Amino acid sequence: MTPTLFWTGFFVITSFALYIGIAIASRVGSTDEFYVAGHHVPPVFNGMATAADWMSAASFLSMAGLIAFSGYDGSVFLMGWTGGYVLLALLLAPYLRRFGKFTVPDFIGDRYYSNTARVVAVVCAIFVSFTYIAGQMQGVGIAFSRFLEIPIEAGVVIGGLVVLMYATLGGMKGITYTQVAQYCVLIFAFMTPAIFISLQLTGSPVPQLGFIGNASDGTPLLMKLDGMLTELGFAPYTDGSKSTFDVFAITLALMAGTAGLPHVIVRFFTVPKAADARKSAGWALLFIGILYVTAPAVAVFARTNFIETVNESVYEPETTTLAEGESATPDWFHRWETTGLLGFEDRNGDGRIQYRADPATNEVTTLNRDIFVLANPEIANLPAWVIGLVVSGGIAAALSTAAGLLLVISSSISHDLCRKVLFKSMTDKQELLIARLSATGAVLIAILAGIYPPGFVASVVALAFGLAAASFFPAILLGIFWQRMSKEGAIAGMVTGLGVTGAYILTYKIFGWIPNDAEYWILGVSPEGFGTIGMVISFVISVTVSLMTPAPPAEVRELVERIRAP
Amino acid sequence: MAQDKSSARKAYWRANLGLMGILLAVWFTVSFGFGILLRPWLDQVSLGGAPLGFWFAQQGSILTFIVLIFYYAWAMNRLEARFANRLGSGDMTPVTPADAPDPEDAS
Repeated sequence: MTPTLFWTGFFVITSFALYIGIAIASRVGSTDEFYVAGHHVPPVFNGMATAADWMSAASFLSMAGLIAFSGYDGSVFLMGWTGGYVLLALLLAPYLRRFGKFTVPDFIGDRYYSNTARVVAVVCAIFVSFTYIAGQMQGVGIAFSRFLEIPIEAGVVIGGLVVLMYATLGGMKGITYTQVAQYCVLIFAFMTPAIFISLQLTGSPVPQLGFIGNASDGTPLLMKLDGMLTELGFAPYTDGSKSTFDVFAITLALMAGTAGLPHVIVRFFTVPKAADARKSAGWALLFIGILYVTAPAVAVFARTNFIETVNESVYEPETTTLAEGESATPDWFHRWETTGLLGFEDRNGDGRIQYRADPATNEVTTLNRDIFVLANPEIANLPAWVIGLVVSGGIAAALSTAAGLLLVISSSISHDLCRKVLFKSMTDKQELLIARLSATGAVLIAILAGIYPPGFVASVVALAFGLAAASFFPAILLGIFWQRMSKEGAIAGMVTGLGVTGAYILTYKIFGWIPNDAEYWILGVSPEGFGTIGMVISFVISVTVSLMTPAPPAEVRELVERIRAP
Repeated sequence: MAQDKSSARKAYWRANLGLMGILLAVWFTVSFGFGILLRPWLDQVSLGGAPLGFWFAQQGSILTFIVLIFYYAWAMNRLEARFANRLGSGDMTPVTPADAPDPEDAS
């Protein structure tokens, strides 16, 4: 057994035991506790849980690599996935908490005095959550297969069963406290290698500062990277390739989408009062920010280090004589080649690796973006236990997000569909049973989706954000801030927003009816940014239709007054 | 009495909206403004080794967002404390124009 395998197994098993222990300690007996942890979660813990809920396998494993490749263009994720919390804290969370019920469709259904609106919201919530959860389960499976020598399928099943256990036993309460533990695991796992790499490259133990600091030769690190990239034919790191309008649209769509995602919103139902919801959003963003301000630094370190150590290095130093100033390809490059995440082809037969922008001369044929986070510990020559830690951090990020999504699916079915629409006379005990059964059903579907991932998984994240931005965000916002908004307006707005955004993304990304290329985009907006256009359309339709239809009844106006009052 | 309560509610809501307006303007300025629209211009200046507009897009906006939310939570607690007795059920102090909060108060 290699040390890496041992430590990975050790951390994964220990962390799983911890999660299950928490689940057993926090099992629940009422729907109030199952859906919103009895409204008893302290703001700081809710902030941590929200951070883990929010940061998925993609944030943990892929984001730094994505930024490393795209430079300035990667900023859309950094601003988009954090700026949404400002919208949440100011515009949505405190009012939804004061509304005081359990789910997002609950609010839509009550505010728009309509079960049609509630069902539309249920459909949106379930659709958005399933698209997201498939990617998480797949992430768990890949982490298992790559590091623990277990088949992907078995990894997905093990991960699914662990989530199932704590989600059905403890509901929101169990999920909350496991998410707190998962946050601690994932942030420690992300920061440890980042600190060491920063020390090596910039001499600063604070990676966030190393980012704007100087490289060991005294020039600013970013300027040095810009110079190296231009020399190899790439665009400078600090310059973007997307149009300004598109960057604007993507950022706004991600922000509004973040604020409109039901699994994030519902976390703010768990704190004791509205003031706690505001404070808790601050804590959430602080905990998220620790990773998000480090990720651009990791990105710069990784790209710089990759070019410095790999480019022009001698691939087989055993058989080639090294000229003066030349060095051998680092060991980690060879190790990662066997995983298929890295590929090298000696096109010009000189025995050296040429990393170039031009595909005709570039010899690094495969370069997976996840590698920068996964290989970081080895690049920095850290001991095997750090690798194990990073793997368990990635799994923690995926599981915590999957659990939050699972709860949205289960509460949408048991509470909004069964209790509020289909069987109104249900008792609390029966509702709780249905909540547990639907959580179980959802896990099984998620496991299947993780094992047989639908081909479009990679592009559905854009879909989830676009749909949330164009449906939930306008409906909730206008519901709080505009009393005149009627049920017809809300339903029309949600359906049009969903329809337009969904159609655009399907056309360009999933079916490819029109080539996904800037010259064919409407207004030059990419599918990722089209949620912004969908949102604007949804706002316009909602307002127009509301003004043409009767005003909401008096009790709804009272509801709005009540959630606004302190 | 009821009149007082309803005007106090209105004043509270107006103060809240004013505060929100200012904070959302800051939110917009640091991200969409400094990080996107004004970036080419800000990039002429450097913060440490990073062009300023680029820094706002990758770190500065996030740091500002965190401060914004904590500030809003703090300012709203203060606002609610100030309105507490007027909006509560019993003790009512009349709302005088001088007493009505304005957004400047908060900052």
